[in-house]
Amino acid sequence: MSFLEVRNLHVEVEDKKILNGLTLSVEKGQVAAIMGPNGSGKSTLAYVLAGKDNYKVTEGDVLLDGESILEMPPDERAAKGVFLAFQYPVEVPGVATMTFLRTALNAQRKTRGEKEFSTPEFMKLVRDTAGNLGISQEMLRRAVNVGFSGGEKKRNEILQMAILQPRLAVLDETDSGLDIDALKIVADGVNRLRSPERSMVVITHYQRLLNYIVPDVVHVLAKGRVVKSGGKDLALELEAKGYAQFAGEAA
Amino acid sequence: MANVAAVKTPAEQALSAAYVAARGSLPGKGALAALREDAFHKFDASGLPHRRIEEWKYTDLRALLRNLYPLAAAPDVAARTRAKNAGKMLGGVDCRRVVFVDGAFAPDLSDLSPEQGVTVGSMAEALGKSDPLVSAHVGRTFATDDAAVALNTALMGDGAVIRIAAGAAAKRPINLVFASGSEKPSSAFVRSLVVVEKGAKATIIESHESGDAQVNAALELVVGDGAQVDYFKITQARAVHVASLLATIGARAQFNSFAFTADSELVRNQCFIRFAGEGTKAGMRGVSLLRGKDHVDTSLLIEQAAGHCESREQFKAVLDGQGHSVFQGKIVVKQHAQKTDAKMMTRALLLSDEAEADNKPELEIFADDVVCGHGATAGALDPGLKFYLMSRGIHEKDAEALLIQAFIGETLEDVAHDGIREALMIASLKWLGVRS
Repeated sequence: MSFLEVRNLHVEVEDKKILNGLTLSVEKGQVAAIMGPNGSGKSTLAYVLAGKDNYKVTEGDVLLDGESILEMPPDERAAKGVFLAFQYPVEVPGVATMTFLRTALNAQRKTRGEKEFSTPEFMKLVRDTAGNLGISQEMLRRAVNVGFSGGEKKRNEILQMAILQPRLAVLDETDSGLDIDALKIVADGVNRLRSPERSMVVITHYQRLLNYIVPDVVHVLAKGRVVKSGGKDLALELEAKGYAQFAGEAA
Repeated sequence: MANVAAVKTPAEQALSAAYVAARGSLPGKGALAALREDAFHKFDASGLPHRRIEEWKYTDLRALLRNLYPLAAAPDVAARTRAKNAGKMLGGVDCRRVVFVDGAFAPDLSDLSPEQGVTVGSMAEALGKSDPLVSAHVGRTFATDDAAVALNTALMGDGAVIRIAAGAAAKRPINLVFASGSEKPSSAFVRSLVVVEKGAKATIIESHESGDAQVNAALELVVGDGAQVDYFKITQARAVHVASLLATIGARAQFNSFAFTADSELVRNQCFIRFAGEGTKAGMRGVSLLRGKDHVDTSLLIEQAAGHCESREQFKAVLDGQGHSVFQGKIVVKQHAQKTDAKMMTRALLLSDEAEADNKPELEIFADDVVCGHGATAGALDPGLKFYLMSRGIHEKDAEALLIQAFIGETLEDVAHDGIREALMIASLKWLGVRS
């Protein structure tokens, strides 16, 4: 059995059918890229994996390490090792970044029955990790994502990923809104987290990100299901030919 | 306008009767007695404020105040003992406590240690001997026909008289603690006067804690030119609490006020503030926490009568259960008050489907070179924010608590005094704790 198994997933959002029998597997340690045109269901897949409200699963299942996660609330999934790097990270006024990180990590550790980090231990962990991503101590004192530029918000998502050490990281269009320099920093951060113990689902519209985060496998989504799978060269092929070839693929 | 008070309610009749009965023994002779009499006639003619009076449309006191509790008797030993633990919220803050039990000054429970430039006394005593400070200011701070203020002027029993002399700085915050000690439900009318003279500095806290009591409180505040005043109004009151702040602020002064209201059944905190001198900077803020059937009404009337003043108002309410919060903020900018910079913001966080938040910001601008604005929002916890926190592993109730804390904390952040700010945050967390 694969580490992540998405089996025949059918999902509705506000009475609109978005996923139409989506099936895919991601092995442990694998980096799988998900590409597809707008409306193909890429972000829907990301939200369903994370457990967002109003995404109705009408058929199918999602198994993480052999366990179905669809009945679990988002916080339980996080404790099981799911992490979603948001396409549009949310601003949380009034909650300092450092506080947020510590609360989240300790909440997960507590759920898993692990010992919680003391504040000094935690601060050292964050200092070291933040440095690598070019995130200053001053930024850590500010409210989460408030007044952060697009690039800073994305780097903050990767910082959270580095602190929370997920087993399944879902990156939802992490490259959107980033220039090359910002993209490199984010990609470096993600690549530093690649490990045989960690699976990643990298959702992207453009091939460019995949030059920096090289995938092991590429799946193409169209109209809510996987229509083609291949190696990293599939991404280059799509770049050249576009998504039009899949327009005829019906549910 | 036609006299709508033709038929008096039991409470209105009782209030008039209470005045007539007490008039002879209430402190103050001559001009001060005339002040009371005038105020009584005003009240007698208009009755209690009701919803057809625009300023009271959300808090129909005539309908809500069915019966008047008997005027509180002088507190006995048992009452004083019961009141001893009042003001626990700011227990950890080093203040000069001036305590009133059932509306009567309790010198034995108060800190009357002498301090250069600081004078603390009882209003009843001051009225009784026609104290010059009281004669000069009581009833003259802000001209208003408000019925609740009139009622207070007519029936005022005791309260605090504080004077901070020119150039003096009160070393510790002065905490006027109004506590109830009576076992039986009773009513009290308290009036305080705080005069902070030219260039002086003081932090004044007015704390009200009561069980089943009806309290009408008023505090007149005179802030001299160049003075710095931080004023806190802390209210935890069951039954009925109507409080009026009447303030006049001089030039180049700094004035900050903060109202914290929680665990209160029916509260009307009204502020009448006049910016009488140029170049003053002021911030008026507040946090109200409501649950059950709590009704908290915060109404401000700010008169910019001099130019080049800056004022910021920020009020927040957190509502659970069937809580009903009201915010009315009226800023009047007089014709010659050029370069006025006034911004008002009110935000309500609704945690339940039955809660109701009414926001009525008003701007009346007669000057032509000003920057004025107001904003009002009311809404539930953002589900997107909640999902973001939960997706990182934070449990639902904890995520909600964190977001509510952040909502309150943003406004508390502006409280300069560390001890008071922390005490208010702890009190907020305690209120939140009951929620889960």
